[in-house]
Amino acid sequence: MTDIAAQQDSPPGAVALLIISAAGAFLALMATALSPDPLFRLEGWIFTFAALAAAGALTVGVANGRYHADPGRYEDGVIRAGAIATVFWAIVGMLVGVVIALQLAWPRIFYFPDHGWLNFGRLRPLHTSGVIFAFGGNALIATSFYVVQRTCRARLAGGLAGWFVFWGYQLFIVMAAVGYLAGITAGREYAEPEWFVDLWLTIVWVAYLLVFLGTIWKRKEPHIYVANWFYLAFIVTVALLHIVNNLSLPVSLLGAKSYSLFSGVQDALTQWWYGHNAVGFFLTAGFLAIMYYFVPKRAERPVYSYRLSIVHFWSLIFIYIWAGPHHLHYTALPQWAQTLGMTFSIMLWMPSWGGMINGLMTLSGAWDKLRTDPVLRMMAVAVGFYGMSTFEGPLMSIRAVNALSHYTDWTIGHVHSGALGWVGFISFGAIYCLVPWLWKKDRLHSNALVEWHFWIATLGLLLYIAAMWVSGIGEGLLWREYTPQGFLANSFVETVSAKHIANIIRALGGLMYLSGAVIMAYNIYRTIRQPAPAALPEASGPIVAAAA
Amino acid sequence: MSFLTYEQVARFAQQGGTIYFVVIFLAGVAYALWPKNRQAFRDMAHLPLRDDEDEHVGS
Repeated sequence: MTDIAAQQDSPPGAVALLIISAAGAFLALMATALSPDPLFRLEGWIFTFAALAAAGALTVGVANGRYHADPGRYEDGVIRAGAIATVFWAIVGMLVGVVIALQLAWPRIFYFPDHGWLNFGRLRPLHTSGVIFAFGGNALIATSFYVVQRTCRARLAGGLAGWFVFWGYQLFIVMAAVGYLAGITAGREYAEPEWFVDLWLTIVWVAYLLVFLGTIWKRKEPHIYVANWFYLAFIVTVALLHIVNNLSLPVSLLGAKSYSLFSGVQDALTQWWYGHNAVGFFLTAGFLAIMYYFVPKRAERPVYSYRLSIVHFWSLIFIYIWAGPHHLHYTALPQWAQTLGMTFSIMLWMPSWGGMINGLMTLSGAWDKLRTDPVLRMMAVAVGFYGMSTFEGPLMSIRAVNALSHYTDWTIGHVHSGALGWVGFISFGAIYCLVPWLWKKDRLHSNALVEWHFWIATLGLLLYIAAMWVSGIGEGLLWREYTPQGFLANSFVETVSAKHIANIIRALGGLMYLSGAVIMAYNIYRTIRQPAPAALPEASGPIVAAAA
Repeated sequence: MSFLTYEQVARFAQQGGTIYFVVIFLAGVAYALWPKNRQAFRDMAHLPLRDDEDEHVGS
């Protein structure tokens, strides 16, 4: 009976979402009309149009009787959308990165005083949020929806809620990005969106948590696979970090500006508790979940040590949360708190390297595939860079090393060896795996293009981090150089111009990395467009003819 | 006014924190190494390989 009813009526969730979208569009329109703040009105229009578009799409869908999900099948549509969004935002975020690298390399050419929105200060958060939250976040949401369904043998919970998470997250990205360019900022690193965008992300993120938990709840496997533990730690902790760090009081109900509830050193510590755990739980735990599913799957080898993965998980999450104060060495933060952050950062060596060894050793018995499969090689290199940057990070957290490295390009180089080497490569690997699986193709359009992507991106990455090591350590040494009389030997601008060549090499490295992503986008597009495997006998015909 | 002194708070945090972390770590290791869990974890290590490209849930 319920089956018949389900076939005749749209699921109540779709109708509820339609009503909520329409109500949201109305409220956003009212807020836009009544607001005296032009920046708030800009964001209000974006939200209004997005809610109207959602309401329109849902109306068409409900009227045509769509949304009748087959509970016996996996929900893959939202993952396909997520894979495309991942590739799209990768190119956007990295392109902005190349632009700001060019601004640093040639400030006279790429400085546009007539266009404030192209200023480095506005483009820089666009780049960081674009690559971390838009590219990385979409990769995490898409892969988590794939992995949780397959490892729980259950369809994604919540019906259309998965689609709400996907589109709600894209709306968050667009509102944040437009806000940065227009000049809205909360002034908190990696948490620049203002209070109303933060509230919207909170709603989307709680929906994401519920979808993920609901799917685990329905699971047909007795045990929860380790990748799901990592995804869950990522989702729960990011919710906690996001809410606490963005506690603030808006100046007015219909204005963009707000002020943090914290002040002084408490504010700084809250910010870096957030900032470092964005690294630990967004950029590490989430992507380790990708590693624990996609590396064994691609290598066709079991996880090297499942026991090690459990110890890896619990020690990683218990230690990471304390490491934030190492961002505040030699500040007003009490020294014992700095030492605490430093000690926990050094302790992180153990779980990080345990995880790296577990990931790499999963390839045992399949090492030969590194030669033939560029996708697996990409993921193996990612795990290698995970090991390298989690070695470098604790080193830089030591107070004496930090005295040299802090505020220099060394930090930028460290972040990019983690972001380009680990996060980027493991995500590219996962996308190359996912696209043929999701679109039911038996292979990628071109393995040779994956090789091109791999080598261009790897060389670009090496240029990038090598240039930043040289300029960062050089910069740090110039800053601390004294004359025999005890004066600083170098003026600040001299230490800036000393980095000119390194900045050019960095821009070149970034451009190469971006080129790799463009090659990937083309390869993914051609893979999706290639004929289905059913047509393969025909497709193989011309190849035989050509060979003959 | 009976506020805790810095020394008292520090002693509690240092000793309590040490015990807390050691216990949590040992509990995690014990769970991972518990003989009864051996077979379950061996099966779980193979889980990504079992879910072949099967459209259907719960096969």
